[in-house]
Amino acid sequence: MKETLLSLEHLSIDYKIKGGYLSAVHDVSMDLYPGEIFAVVGESGCGKSTVAHSIMRLLSGGNAKIEGKILFEGWDLRNYTEKEMEAVRGREIGMIFQNPLDSLNPVYTVGNQVSEAIMLDRVEKQEAMKRAIALFQDVKMPDAGERANSFPHELSGGMRQRVMIAMMLSRDPRLLIADEPTTALDVTIEAQILEIIKELKQTHNTAILMITHNFGLVAEAADKIAVMYAGEVVESGDVFEIFERPMHPYTKLLMQALPRKTKKEGRLQTIDGSVPRILDKKPGCRFANRCPYATETCRTQTPAVAQISETHRCRCFLAPDEIPSDRKGA
Amino acid sequence: MNERGKAKETLQACLKNGEFMVGLLILASVFLVAIFSEQIAHYGYTEQLVGPKFQPPSAEFWFGTDELGRDVFSRVVAGTRITLWVAFIGATLELVLGVTVGLICGYFGNWVDRVFSFLTDLTWCIPGTILALAVVTLLGKGLTNSVIAISLVSWASYARPVRAKTMSLKNMAFVETGTAFGETAFSLMFRYILPNVVPSLIVMVSMSLPATILSTTTLSFLGLGSQAPSPDWGLALSKGIEYIIRAPWLSIFPGVALVYTVLGFNLLGEGLRDILDPHMKAQ
Amino acid sequence: MKGYLIKRVLQGILLIVAVSILVFSLLYMMPGNPVDMIVDRKVSLEKKAEIAHEMGYDQPLPQQYFRWVKGIVVEHDFGNSTRYKVPVADLLRDRIPRSLVLCGWSLLIEMVIALPIGLLCAIKKNSFFDRFTVVFTLILTAMPAFWLGALLILTFGVGLKVLPISGFKGPEYLILPVFALVSASIAGTIRLTKAEVLEVLNEKYVTTATAKGLPKRTVMFKHVLRNALIIVTVQVFMSIPWLISGAVVIEKIFDIPGMGGLLLNSIIVQDFPVVQAVLLIVAALTVVCNLASDIVIGILDPRIRISMGGGDK
Repeated sequence: MKETLLSLEHLSIDYKIKGGYLSAVHDVSMDLYPGEIFAVVGESGCGKSTVAHSIMRLLSGGNAKIEGKILFEGWDLRNYTEKEMEAVRGREIGMIFQNPLDSLNPVYTVGNQVSEAIMLDRVEKQEAMKRAIALFQDVKMPDAGERANSFPHELSGGMRQRVMIAMMLSRDPRLLIADEPTTALDVTIEAQILEIIKELKQTHNTAILMITHNFGLVAEAADKIAVMYAGEVVESGDVFEIFERPMHPYTKLLMQALPRKTKKEGRLQTIDGSVPRILDKKPGCRFANRCPYATETCRTQTPAVAQISETHRCRCFLAPDEIPSDRKGA
Repeated sequence: MNERGKAKETLQACLKNGEFMVGLLILASVFLVAIFSEQIAHYGYTEQLVGPKFQPPSAEFWFGTDELGRDVFSRVVAGTRITLWVAFIGATLELVLGVTVGLICGYFGNWVDRVFSFLTDLTWCIPGTILALAVVTLLGKGLTNSVIAISLVSWASYARPVRAKTMSLKNMAFVETGTAFGETAFSLMFRYILPNVVPSLIVMVSMSLPATILSTTTLSFLGLGSQAPSPDWGLALSKGIEYIIRAPWLSIFPGVALVYTVLGFNLLGEGLRDILDPHMKAQ
Repeated sequence: MKGYLIKRVLQGILLIVAVSILVFSLLYMMPGNPVDMIVDRKVSLEKKAEIAHEMGYDQPLPQQYFRWVKGIVVEHDFGNSTRYKVPVADLLRDRIPRSLVLCGWSLLIEMVIALPIGLLCAIKKNSFFDRFTVVFTLILTAMPAFWLGALLILTFGVGLKVLPISGFKGPEYLILPVFALVSASIAGTIRLTKAEVLEVLNEKYVTTATAKGLPKRTVMFKHVLRNALIIVTVQVFMSIPWLISGAVVIEKIFDIPGMGGLLLNSIIVQDFPVVQAVLLIVAALTVVCNLASDIVIGILDPRIRISMGGGDK
């Protein structure tokens, strides 16, 4: 059996806010293997981005309380010192963000910003620039050599995202976290970027943790999937299995709302209501207030995670073959 | 219920805000002194030779006496009224000018707006104090004139935000409904748009009051504002500096009073901003 | 960049022309006529008319304006002071450098102190140092420049007797005035620097820089400070005219024969040619500072360098 690259074990993140805690992420567990694309799907505010940022220890503000383990190749990143984390970032784990314009420094050329990362591995400046240009070619940037001297605002959205990808690939990380990589882009560019990400997985054996609210994207690219709702993973497993046999009512609703091709409709905005802000952890299913099948039990008791098949898990009372939430089978 | 609930919430936020409460307490004390200044002061502020000249602070003359043998404590107390009056008149003038110009520019736009922008650029060409000096030259010395001068210099800081807000409100449904019902431009500006600008205006006023007080005091200090024998703190300080070696208390006490009052306004302003305009605080 | 610069320069010239017209009309906005301000009240009407003719006051206003402007531009002739009876230019020649020295040192020292403090407050937000600075700047903003000056005189001149308190006879005479001027404006600069750094710290590109594995120091200096400095630089240039207006007060307290003191005295005795000249120079300086800050932003921020052909601040 393959070694996991990244495993989250019972990860919970609470934000300290005025007069209490906001439960942003609750009891999230997932396993990611080398060379795999793992998609985390959910509406905005469901905590998926918080999970991604916590892996890299990039949660800002210092008011987040984290529990559980973040195991990378078996080591808990949470025990790392800040210096050790600096060595992990970029080198072991890269991350690209939703809006590539905001994510690039406006006062430096994109070539500079990519070679800056390469130079961290003791590479000469000129050599680093050469490699940066080669990377731009890898991500199919037109006029790569010339573009390296451009500033971010001179590039199109798609090109900026290519720069981000090139930057994060420059040090050949084992894992790439892509936080909504195509949300700010239009459909054709989205397809191209997706193509690059898929290629990456094949050529470099890079694992990809893709955070998205676009179910269509998941269907196209992912191997595994975790559906998040209000800070919890409600269902996770192999992408074919879940598309074939969704168990959780929320997943089912998402499926019904699904694309039939155009990008806009693929977004998860067709379900009534919105993700609740969980302030106090009282018992009950977090989805109960929007769930069409909710019963009295759902409102008063917290559902356990049920193991449906070897990889398929679901957090719902209605799921068949209820098995206690022991993670052994994973 | 909703309105009242909101008011209650704001009130609670005020009570919880430390800056606001400290500022409020400081200003309350200043106001009390101003109201009861005749009862608090030991002597009239123009009364000369109530004791020896240049008497250091003592049990009888708490803040000492000045070059004419006047009681400095009584003069500082009397000065509170002038400072508060300046704050009130200054704020009113700036508000009336700034809001009117802002509303008109935002509402009508086009060339009206362009003329306005040029005018504000023009006032920025000469730094505030110097421009105020020039205006006082035209109007003549005196406290009222210097308050007018300061207001003429600083109204633009109200006009700009009001103009921006008006522009964004102009196309909102409720204003357009008003237009459809045949409301006049005047009524649209003052009855429909203005009420929506009020919360940010409260914040702006409280933030700019300290500056108005300081600028006016500066003009008095320079000899262009209040004239003797007014107990104006700025004027007292300019006299105090002449005798700074012989009688330092003349420069200290009016200054402390001024800083205390301005600090009160500053704290109140920052507190109000946090309460009424949370996104301005951001971090 | 070129188009942007040309537009800015043209705007600046337009503003200076407008200011000069206003400054010129200052003389005519006053009650009475200009000749009355020069001569004694007892002088006969014929004599007054003669003087008016000599001074060109009987010509149409536009013509007078152009003559005045031409005098300034071509011969640096700002007219004669009605009080000192000497050319205004002679009065200014000695005084402007003194004011500039005062303001220059103040600006330099203010930046050297304010920038590190602001940066540190932003990085160590809510630390003891930050809280202390917040309270300190709050109190400092409540203090008028002239009172700060008085306190400095009391402490160092009267109390400790280590520094001279008035006049302008050597470098040591500058220390107290410079510190008074710095204290009066430093609070704003500290606050601005802090706010600006905090804002940049929240930018996504700072997260990116961290995410690609840069050490904290590199992130701070290369990515945060560099961007925060853009706005702070603008502030530096914008604060020059402000310093000059502060200098009016400081020069009075410390009895420095500079431009501010001259302006103040001239206003009090209604010496209009001097007032006009000082106002015009200050306005020109402000416009030039604005322009300089625009150019510097253009150099520091490639977004503006390339795209800003038009638009406003």
